Order: sequence, then C-alpha cells, then structure tokens
Amino acid sequence: MSDVAAKVKKIIIEHLGVDEAKVTDEASFIDDLGADSLDTVELVMAFEEEFGAEISDSEAEKILTVGDAIRFIENNSSK
Amino acid sequence: MQGKKGLIMGVANDRSIAWGIAKKLSEHGAELAFTYVGDALKKRVIPLAESLGSKFTLDCNVEKKEEIVKTFSEIKEKWSNLDFVVHAIAFSDKSELSGQYLNTSRENFSNSMLISCFSFTEICKEASKIMKPGSSLITLTYCADKVIPNYNVMGVCKAALETSVKYLSVDLGSNGIRVNAISAGPIKTLAASAIGDAKFLYKWNENHSPLKRNVDINDVGGAAVYLLSDLAAGVTGEIHYVDAGYNIIGMPNPKNMQA
Repeated sequence: MSDVAAKVKKIIIEHLGVDEAKVTDEASFIDDLGADSLDTVELVMAFEEEFGAEISDSEAEKILTVGDAIRFIENNSSK
Repeated sequence: MQGKKGLIMGVANDRSIAWGIAKKLSEHGAELAFTYVGDALKKRVIPLAESLGSKFTLDCNVEKKEEIVKTFSEIKEKWSNLDFVVHAIAFSDKSELSGQYLNTSRENFSNSMLISCFSFTEICKEASKIMKPGSSLITLTYCADKVIPNYNVMGVCKAALETSVKYLSVDLGSNGIRVNAISAGPIKTLAASAIGDAKFLYKWNENHSPLKRNVDINDVGGAAVYLLSDLAAGVTGEIHYVDAGYNIIGMPNPKNMQA
C-alpha cells in the first residue's frame, strides 16, 4: 500500500469509526461505510488539509469510493 | 463568564464557528446548552457538548416556531433564566450559492430568509422572556454591505439580519438586553464549503487583509466572549468585524495582486 493510501485509509477509519478491514479500495463511503452527506464533505475537507490538495466541488462529487480518493490525491497532492 | 448560562445554536462539527465560540466561553467558565437539528447533527453535537461537560442538548428546527418556543421553555424549566444566546444558523439551497443572484427562486429566497434571518428575531423574542438586564445575544454575519461572488441570496439574508440586529437592540435595550453581530472573515467550515469558489475567498482574504491571514474559529470565539460578557456592557446594535481587518480595504495593494 502506498504512503498516500495508508494515510487516506487512516483518515477514513478515524472519521467514520469503521473497522479497518471494511476500508477496501472498492468500498463506497455511503453504501459500504455508512457515511452520511455531511461525512462526505468533512472527509474531503480532511483530505485537503492533510495533503494540501485542492478538491473542487465537481471533483469531490466524483469521489465515491476509497480508491477514488486515493487516486485523486496521488495525482493532485502538493505535499 | 463564571456563573453565566447560555445557549449555543448552530454547531455542526469541530470546525464550526459556533464551536469555536463555545470552547472559548467554556474556558472562561460559562455553562452551556446546545441545539441541533436532526439526527445527522445530533450525533455530531452530543459528543462535542459532552467534551465541554454539557449534557444539555435540544433538538430545535428554527423553521418551526413551536420548536423555538419549546426550546426556551425547556431552558426555563431547567435553568429558570438565561444569560446569553449564540445564533450561528443559516441555510440556502446550495445550487443558489453559485452563479447569479438574479436566478434566486421564490422558494429558496423565503426559506433562506426564514432560517438565516427571521429565526434570530424569533429567538430574541423567546429568549428575552427569560433574560435579566445585562444579558446578551449575538449572531454571525458576513460582509453584508458588499457583493461577494456566489454568496448571492445569503448576502441579502445577512443584510436583513444585520438590520434586524439594530432594530432588536432598540426593542430589547429598554430591558437592558444587548444584541450584536460578529462579521467574521471567511473560515473553512462545513457551511462555507457550500459557497461556490469558496477557496478563492480564503486566498483573497489572506493576501489582502491588513493582518495578511485568515481568521479562525478561536479568533471569533475570543470576540464572542467579549460581546457576551460584562466587558461589553455598553455595546449593543453593533456589527463587530473579526476579519483580520479586510473590511477596511478599498483597493488591494498592487504588490499583492500576483496571487
């Protein structure tokens, strides 16, 4: 697992209070990890803070799974 | 704030301005109650309230008058009187917080005004019934006398809210109750994330404010403690800027225009 992937998963586990085993690349925030619509906004803000990335609204709307988040940050992180 | 009891309305999470205010008030010895609306916010607010030693949380949807009335009757029952209220509540359909104000819908205009402006008037009315002279209420506003891109209907609501503060300060002034607003610079909150191009706002404010930075929820919290305490006993009807000074700038320094 890449450094970014590990950090992203750690943020998700802490924020949503979910079991590590559930946080697979394919897991959907809302359908599989029980996130509500506020959680998804809060997660995007947490990613931006951790990685110095800027995630626009239209980009954020496409981040539906754990893998989507990892890929986006790997391609756009400034840190 | 030792010995004072107050209600905090509008915490969503630990980035909320209302949370920054609550923390500062608690540090200064105030006893707090919190309202939330619905289960999604309930599960966020209850642990935060508990972290400040408060188990007094109430569900209050300010769209409904009876819920506002009920909130203050429950406070009266538990505390008998109230020393302060923090109103940090606003709402607009996100789709109307980008593009042109001209396209605001009738429905969203009415709803945004009800939640973001009128709720404060109704809260002042109900809260003042259980307040003694020297009590204080504050609300949160933003840049209501100027145009901010994408802020649209919320800017109009904030203008109405600021004028409400002035009328309310006169109406409640005869009872010795003070009403003020804090106009905070842009802060990365859940609510602000709904505003189109909000990221540009933060950068612009950081580059062009006299203090060359953005404010945070602790900055606002400090100003709120002052306005809600007896230190501000002679202050009412005021729009107090906590914005790193940005509001006084007429034109940015050309040297800062690169970013």
